[in-house]
Amino acid sequence: MAATEIATKTMSYRDAISKVLAEEIEHDENVFLIGEDIGRYQGTFRVTQGMFDKFGPKRVIDTPITECGFTGIAIGAAMAGLRPVVEMMTMSFSILAMDQIINHAAKIHYMTGGQAKCPMVVRGPGGAAKQLSAQHTHCVEGWYAHAPGLKVVAPATAIDAYGMLRTAIRDDNPVIFTENPGLYTVMGEVPDDRDFMIPFGKANILVEGNDVSLIGYSRMTQVNLAAAEALAKDGISAEVVDVRSLSPLDMTTINASVAKTHRAVVVYEDWKFGGFGGEIASRISEESFDDLDAPVVRCGGLNVPTPYARNLELECIPDVDDVVAAVRKLS
Amino acid sequence: MAKAKLEKLESPAMLEEFYREMLYIRRFEEKCNVAYRLGKIGGYMHTYVGMEATAVGIHHAIKPGYDYMITAYRDHPQPLLLGTDPVSVMSEIMGRSGGLSRGKGGSMHIYDIERGFYGGWGIVGGHIPLGGGLAFASKYRGEDRVTICLLGDGAANQGVVFETMNMAGLWDLPIIFCIENNEFAMGTRLEYHAADTQLYKRGEPFNIKSERVDGMDVLDFHKDMERIVNWVRKEQKPYVVEIMNYRFHGHGAADNDRELYRTKAEEAEAMKRDPIARLEKILIDRNVMTREKMEAIDEELSDKVDAIYEAADASPFPDASEVYDNVYTDMEPEKGH
Repeated sequence: MAATEIATKTMSYRDAISKVLAEEIEHDENVFLIGEDIGRYQGTFRVTQGMFDKFGPKRVIDTPITECGFTGIAIGAAMAGLRPVVEMMTMSFSILAMDQIINHAAKIHYMTGGQAKCPMVVRGPGGAAKQLSAQHTHCVEGWYAHAPGLKVVAPATAIDAYGMLRTAIRDDNPVIFTENPGLYTVMGEVPDDRDFMIPFGKANILVEGNDVSLIGYSRMTQVNLAAAEALAKDGISAEVVDVRSLSPLDMTTINASVAKTHRAVVVYEDWKFGGFGGEIASRISEESFDDLDAPVVRCGGLNVPTPYARNLELECIPDVDDVVAAVRKLS
Repeated sequence: MAKAKLEKLESPAMLEEFYREMLYIRRFEEKCNVAYRLGKIGGYMHTYVGMEATAVGIHHAIKPGYDYMITAYRDHPQPLLLGTDPVSVMSEIMGRSGGLSRGKGGSMHIYDIERGFYGGWGIVGGHIPLGGGLAFASKYRGEDRVTICLLGDGAANQGVVFETMNMAGLWDLPIIFCIENNEFAMGTRLEYHAADTQLYKRGEPFNIKSERVDGMDVLDFHKDMERIVNWVRKEQKPYVVEIMNYRFHGHGAADNDRELYRTKAEEAEAMKRDPIARLEKILIDRNVMTREKMEAIDEELSDKVDAIYEAADASPFPDASEVYDNVYTDMEPEKGH
């Protein structure tokens, strides 16, 4: 974007998130962080490191381990005009708060006929880390994207994390901002601009190609980037489409890519069966049928609870080999 | 000070106001029942008949329009008392475009945010943390608002109620958990749903001041609530008050066989506690009002409610094009079937 005009810094995805959280606390007195162990303990994934000391207990609030309750308190506070940023220690724990998020937050603006708003963000890591077993590894972004009233984003790069989290915090609607344990150490250039924002609903072409579109979001975009390199060695030119925003969803960019490549593989870490990649695949089939030279293929997580043993765990998560194999199915 | 309040409370004007408000709620709710039977109201609808003293007693204890209030789905009387246009309330209940939410909410989801009334929620217990959040926000901003969070005896068992009470106790949130104990969680009697039927004790493990009060005598109850609201406003700490009342109608309009969970004899006994009849007796004993005057007021309020209903019934149904409005503040959702 304006990267040529504004100075940038190289930083990790984690630090990009920390930076914007601190900047938004300073920018708006209504912004506060709330979650488990985010203050004195510095955050389980260290995203909020140093913030409690810097901003104090009013702006960085440690909660009891009661996801449903503190998410509901954040929703009520948002209705009354504050801008809470809720951290889920892992997105798997947000399942306990799903009644509050889907049955309350997502519907407030609609049920009140526009009288009330719910400007809040629920953020945290979704997806597998390393041997965290079955209960800490869910990818729930697709569950939330299913619910009207929520916006759902899943940035894959440091700059997108930086620009989209600010957009999320300043948005007047409830936003699910999903990170991924495997992304926190990914490095990137981030603009030094306290108003830098990336709008939702805009997919991004990270690598241009002509033979196949690799469509993904969150950490799977990083897998797709590596897969595109591997395919290039075999003379296959893959285009990497980073969806970034699940709801709203930018089908214009996705369809344009498919119109160019005529083939699409949708890659997602969530369980393959019934996952959000299926939504993207069906939309491509409905909207770009005439452009397709092959059926749209999904490459998703295995349909099992994530196992503990490292070799089994790795088996479950789509990797470069799985994406390459999916591409080969198309030829 | 206490004496001055007592005198104010016992002034004929105040007594008449209480009487009018309680009778207004009852006639409004009865009209809703008629409309429901006529097919003019659909879905689930829960009336406040028998519990009127609770709504009126709380209303006169708070700063209306300043303090926050949130409740479940028995939510018609609170906005009526706060001064919300009653036609917009009835229109919402009837799913019309003149409704507070232009027909998107219905009977269970009445909101008047301008007046501090935050609804209007359908998941039993689900709104309790939202109430905690309202109190959190006022405390965050350094205001002295009080949040009234109404819940039923059935909701008092939900896990999220305990979660919210814990944080309210932990963070000193200025919220009053008003447990309206009407003795039934839908069709399940208190003794069959609560291990300890003294529901005010729900607050004790969280260091929240707690007590049980009678919600059927509007004068006593109002005094109790005034004392509690003043304490919470001053101390900026939470409170649990268990309000003993009774609903004379079914749980909802769709509940048409109350004998599945209570006997007619039991209902007749409860009717002796009717808060409106109780106030009528006081009005007569104190020579504040004659039976004739009461009948005249009743006629006036019945006419008023009829007019509200007629005006609401004249409001058109929302246009089909409005279905996508207000899903988001700034965009439309994915469209089409």
